[in-house]
Amino acid sequence: MKKIFAEFLKGIIKENPTFVLVLGLCPTLAVSVTVSNGIGMGIAATFVVVGSNIIISLIKGFIPDRIRIPCFIVVIATFVTIVEMTMKTYSPLLYRALGIYVPLIVVNCIVLGRAEAYAQKNSVLNSLFDGLGMGIGFTLALILISAIREILGSGKFLGHLLFKGFEPIFLFGMPPGALLVIGLLLGLFNLLKKERV
Amino acid sequence: MNPSQLIAIFISAVFIHNVILSRFLGLCSFIAISKETRPALAMSGAVTFVITFSSIITWFIYRYLLVPFNLTYLRTIFFILVIATFVQLVEMVIRKISPALYRAFGIYLPLITVNCAVLGVAVLNVDMFFVNGKPVAGSFFYSVFQGVCVGFGYTLAMLFMSGIRERLDFAYVPKAMREFPLAFVIAAIMSMGFMGFSGFRF
Repeated sequence: MKKIFAEFLKGIIKENPTFVLVLGLCPTLAVSVTVSNGIGMGIAATFVVVGSNIIISLIKGFIPDRIRIPCFIVVIATFVTIVEMTMKTYSPLLYRALGIYVPLIVVNCIVLGRAEAYAQKNSVLNSLFDGLGMGIGFTLALILISAIREILGSGKFLGHLLFKGFEPIFLFGMPPGALLVIGLLLGLFNLLKKERV
Repeated sequence: MNPSQLIAIFISAVFIHNVILSRFLGLCSFIAISKETRPALAMSGAVTFVITFSSIITWFIYRYLLVPFNLTYLRTIFFILVIATFVQLVEMVIRKISPALYRAFGIYLPLITVNCAVLGVAVLNVDMFFVNGKPVAGSFFYSVFQGVCVGFGYTLAMLFMSGIRERLDFAYVPKAMREFPLAFVIAAIMSMGFMGFSGFRF
């Protein structure tokens, strides 16, 4: 039980996919314009990584080693298609806002990375919690980045106006702002890590 | 098919919606392989080649397989499988035909399978040049041309980035900002420069 809890926690801080492993940045940067987009993307990616982790750890005995990557990709693409169709039906607004980045979860390095590095070697339960931890870590990172961008870029949080008379810095809502925010955050985390050691 | 449309696609794919600096596709390889110019160029060549040919293949698959059989909702699975197979095939062919070329970009080829830019362009082509499952006039040619242009935009960004990072070797950089953080800040400044192009109107 304790081990499972550790598997769950490591994805959130110690091996955070975005800030420590620096994986899966394309969707992180592209959709983090508003917090609601960030949360939507985070939940979609969490579902895919948990689902593919479970299936891959279940079928790991049947997959020949040499063609494992195509096999993983088919499993992942299936879950992405499920997410895509569900999102299209139940929240078309979010689907339109995320655009091509929904099908692109397939090539998100986090998902394939967890399949390759973890799920194909570990039991189903462990893989489930590993996927859940990684997904939540990814979601939290997305929320952090998109909160910074939304507050600075439009003065809002989750669509609610925060300050009166605040002149928004439009740059943060645009592509350069995303790169700047993630660069400075990575630097900040490096600094904090150095001080702790 | 008219020339002004082609120019619009070119400007849009290379500058305004640059695949790396504005759409953020293929960012992992962009940050990881842009430390020196030579490998950066090899990677760009490989990516351009794969994007162009996968645009051709995915167009035919979408037009003649997915649309007639009403399977368009399976496009993600089909496209990624085709791209993965194609990359594997190219790798095998290059290894057989030209060992020198294989050494130049052989190690980068497997990475391209999970390069978002390739799948991204395939999905974009389908979104832009098919209306309700019907190809627009000149759709095939536009798709291929957009593939080439996106590859060119990728090469351009890689070339600038690796040129800047090579010179940065001699600069003093605070410890916490070395490697990734600095690369992102540079990319942010480059992206700001490219944003200037969005003033173009057609």
